[in-house]
Amino acid sequence: MAAMWRGLVLAGLVGAACVLGAPGRAQTLTMAVGAPVTSLDPHFHQLSPNNAVAGMIFDRLINTDGQSRMVPGLAESWTPIAPDLWEFRLRRGVRFHNGSAFTAEDVAFTFQRVPNVPNSPSSFAAFVRPIRGVEIVDSHTLRIATHGPYPLLAQDMTNLYILDRETHQSATTEQFNSGPAAVGTGPFRMSAHRMGERIEFERNDAYFGERPAFQRVIYRMITNDSARTAALLAGDVEFIDQVPTADLARLRADPRLAISETVGLRLIFLGLDHLRAEASPFVADNEGRPIPQNPLRDRRVRRALSLAIDREAIAARVMEGAATPSGQFFPPGVFSHIPDFPPPRHDPAEARRLLAEAGFPQGFRLTLHGPNDRYPNDARVIQAIGQMWTRAGVRTAVEAQPWTTFVARAGRAEFSAFLIGWGSNPEGSHPLRNLIATQDRERGWGASNRGRYSNREIDARLEAALRELDDARRERMLIEAQRMAFEDVAIIPLYIQTNIWAMRRHLRHEARVDESTRAQDVRPR
Amino acid sequence: MSVYVLRRLLQSLLVLVAMSVIVFIGVYAVGDPVEILISPDADQLERERAIQALGLDRPLWEQYLVFVQRALQGDLGRSFVFNEPALRLILQKMPATLELAFGAMVIAILVGLPLGLYAGLRPESPGARLIMAGSILGFSLPTFWVGLMLIMVFAVQLGWLPSTGRGETAALFGLHWSFLTANGLSHLLMPAINLALFKISLVIRLTRSGVRETMLMDYVKFARAKGLSPARVTFVHVFKNILIPVVTVVGLELGSTIAFSVVTESVFAWPGMGKLIIDSINALDRPVIVAYLMIIVLMFIVINLVVDILYSVLDPRVRLEGSR
Amino acid sequence: MSEAALEPAAAREETPFRRFVSEFMASKVAVGGLLVFAAVALLALFAPWIAPQNPYDLAQLDIMDGRLPPGAVGGSGITHWLGTDDQGRDMLSGIIYGLRISLTVGVGSALIACLLGASLGLLAAYAGGRTDSVIMRLVDLQLSFPTILAALMILAFLGKGILNVVIALVVVEWAYYARTVRGSALVERRREYIEAAQCLALPTSRILFRHLLPNCLPPLIVVGTIQIARAIALEATLSFLGLGVPITEPSLGLLIANGYEYMLSGKYWISFYPGIALLVTIVSINLMGDHLRDVLNPRLKK
Repeated sequence: MAAMWRGLVLAGLVGAACVLGAPGRAQTLTMAVGAPVTSLDPHFHQLSPNNAVAGMIFDRLINTDGQSRMVPGLAESWTPIAPDLWEFRLRRGVRFHNGSAFTAEDVAFTFQRVPNVPNSPSSFAAFVRPIRGVEIVDSHTLRIATHGPYPLLAQDMTNLYILDRETHQSATTEQFNSGPAAVGTGPFRMSAHRMGERIEFERNDAYFGERPAFQRVIYRMITNDSARTAALLAGDVEFIDQVPTADLARLRADPRLAISETVGLRLIFLGLDHLRAEASPFVADNEGRPIPQNPLRDRRVRRALSLAIDREAIAARVMEGAATPSGQFFPPGVFSHIPDFPPPRHDPAEARRLLAEAGFPQGFRLTLHGPNDRYPNDARVIQAIGQMWTRAGVRTAVEAQPWTTFVARAGRAEFSAFLIGWGSNPEGSHPLRNLIATQDRERGWGASNRGRYSNREIDARLEAALRELDDARRERMLIEAQRMAFEDVAIIPLYIQTNIWAMRRHLRHEARVDESTRAQDVRPR
Repeated sequence: MSVYVLRRLLQSLLVLVAMSVIVFIGVYAVGDPVEILISPDADQLERERAIQALGLDRPLWEQYLVFVQRALQGDLGRSFVFNEPALRLILQKMPATLELAFGAMVIAILVGLPLGLYAGLRPESPGARLIMAGSILGFSLPTFWVGLMLIMVFAVQLGWLPSTGRGETAALFGLHWSFLTANGLSHLLMPAINLALFKISLVIRLTRSGVRETMLMDYVKFARAKGLSPARVTFVHVFKNILIPVVTVVGLELGSTIAFSVVTESVFAWPGMGKLIIDSINALDRPVIVAYLMIIVLMFIVINLVVDILYSVLDPRVRLEGSR
Repeated sequence: MSEAALEPAAAREETPFRRFVSEFMASKVAVGGLLVFAAVALLALFAPWIAPQNPYDLAQLDIMDGRLPPGAVGGSGITHWLGTDDQGRDMLSGIIYGLRISLTVGVGSALIACLLGASLGLLAAYAGGRTDSVIMRLVDLQLSFPTILAALMILAFLGKGILNVVIALVVVEWAYYARTVRGSALVERRREYIEAAQCLALPTSRILFRHLLPNCLPPLIVVGTIQIARAIALEATLSFLGLGVPITEPSLGLLIANGYEYMLSGKYWISFYPGIALLVTIVSINLMGDHLRDVLNPRLKK
């Protein structure tokens, strides 16, 4: 008897849950992302997945749209009033999730906190280092003085999430992760967090910007690519990011699903050993003896290697269409894209001719290194390049290894040729400064210049551009510097990745070039 | 006996020290955590600051001494990645892995024991041959592949079970367990089966060979001669005898299941310790790796100690003290 | 089953080896396993003469032939009976060459680990005392060390290569053998025949290998056959995690791991056929092993 009663009660509960669940479901969005979020403290770890989630809870002075263009965030306007002084007018009437009002004090506090987050493995301090001082004019006007003319201040401000002085005065990273300090001005408030597993959000109905479509969001982390696709196919989640290229064709053909995509800002390229004038460690002649002079220092050899690559075939076959062949950092339409500079054409005959001219009519041997767990199809791409180089006369061995060991060796310039990627800010100085400029600790240049390329003329142009506040003039300088770098084959650009999301048919999504996956970009169709 | 246990525990301490030294040197050799964690566009100053913040600028031996000093006070360090105490991170993930491992064990015994019993009692029957052939599959199919097939069939095609993740949890003893809710159980089933496949085969084989050996023992022949029913002979005399070795091996396997459910956890997005350790290894998050290994070593030491003591209790020919 | 049949044969001149062979041959299943395994081993041995393509030569591959279904004809005129993988590698050739690597890695690592582990296990059991403690604590250490971390460290120290995968597997596997052998040797060394040998003052190595080891063999062989299968599967898992053999010389495991990503999109052949090859190999080894255990287990023949 008791058992029967229990059964009835259970059935009733299930029924009620179904009735209540039906309208609730339309209000809830379940998404799955491929990269784990490591912290909810927006200043602890500069990492794309963390920044995406911070973009749901917090705001920046200057937000970015899907194309990474600057749009007003907590600041309504920003203008340089002197070469080294900027004025920001802040939005009025904005409140944090806990009711505390947003003022200029909070911005000044944020600048103070950023370089002082304990134990941060990758802090945001570089974005406030150019700032000499902050002057609070009134509660909603702020002047920022920089060390000398600094055109990138606005760009830097798109990376800093603003915290509340009252709430976050002594907030620790742990308090962000567990909830009490995860309080921002953003479109969502965090309601539950299980590290590396899921985050739950509730809509912030008082948000100053466009109201998000969903009352509740469940943000799951499924790092295994196939499992993520399967979760979407099974209906366990409604939205996924980082769609594996292998599943793309099937997902496109499925009438229950929709895809959103955009050409991104991440260039996949090959770095070459410019460091050694003598023998390079993974270059040998056809008998396997080291070549006394590093052939990769010869521009003709570098050009030959670039011309031997069939970028169209890699984009179409290996990347299954989710890539655009490129001969430079940026796709068309982005600030400092080089016009009239198409990707190098595939020309094995010319490659052989150049090799012969450089003194290698029979080619040589080379090992191409790359990661196997970092970029979509990374290990497949280096094998394909190995095929193409071998056919052009450079007998290529291919070695793929986990990013963990790869990146340390690449950083020590141990390789002769290696595949790596770079996600740019939409501003030519960003990749130039990090990848192409001569390594210089004092200026912070060339930190990711793993091939140790060095060209004083490019450095000089970059230096001038970094002091130029006029956007049009700066763009011209940056285009010229980039053109020089690519004509000299400082690196061998391959293709720009396409960012892809997949969702159930009833949803639509505004694709973002910065790869961020955020709930406010998803709406019912 | 107590002297023996004491000595074993002392030796175990040495194992712990050896383990931590290996991890320190190993992580140092594999790569640079800062290189992996830092934003690609960080400049040299920023990199140096991060290296300093994580204490990696000091010589390795000094880092080790700092670690030992703190460990003696019960502090195993903070995760480089999460900035949370390593021990707490691991303990948070432990219930998920424990219930997965125990779930797999329960399935292995519930499925493996009857099948093994049948195969042992009728070794020549076609059914027994089928069971034995099937058990070979469990040994040889790669776990990740079977996992994806399970998801494909039961979640994507049939839609019977949720594809990935851990379901709703309920609190018990202050920890969150998902096997207490129906939703949690439905999430648990597939990964547990995936993890159990190898163990099922193992239990089938152990049971079968145990049954075949005991059936030939004199006391079983005697029981049969006495005219006891075959069912009674099987379930009372044979079963009792084979249960001990099966349970021992399953217990030993439990340790390795808890320690290395990495692949299953990553295919099913199961938020357990295995997932944490693989992520930590990939990020070279040394404090978490060390703390994790400390816990695992302790677990193995205890299990092995218990097994050795049990051996000596069960088999008087094995003496614990050694010859001297 | 064999008890009655062997009784009259005992009159004939009989060496233990001959008895072993005749008992082994009595099982059709075991002989079947042996034949299949021999066929697989021959395929692997003569791969360069059998395979239609050298799958390790990048110049012979073309990504334009990538992911062709079984039976399609590629650009070079070869018919790909089992299709091609993403690099345009003929799957049939890839599988035949992959067998080679998987068998080398599996059997090689199992043999070395067995030799090393069994010697240490015997020594631990026979010497006892401090030696036993040191070895068994090493076993504790090894068993609790994650395979992936060990493999990653070996990769960092030695670089990538098939030999290094074998080393990694030996490092991971030896402890299983050591624990198994020590367990049975502990029981055996208290037996009268060992005491007798000790009274005769025979050299230790002779007692260990001529007297103690043969009596510990049955469990060792069982563990051994399972461990070969396990080593091959483990290598597949390492490949799945990007820590296995070089990508341009794929083993069966790497072929499966590589094709795994294409399962959802219906390109089953990239993962399926190497899976079948792996399965056939491991099943044949286990069929032999199973029967070996029955033949070698004295307690089954009263």
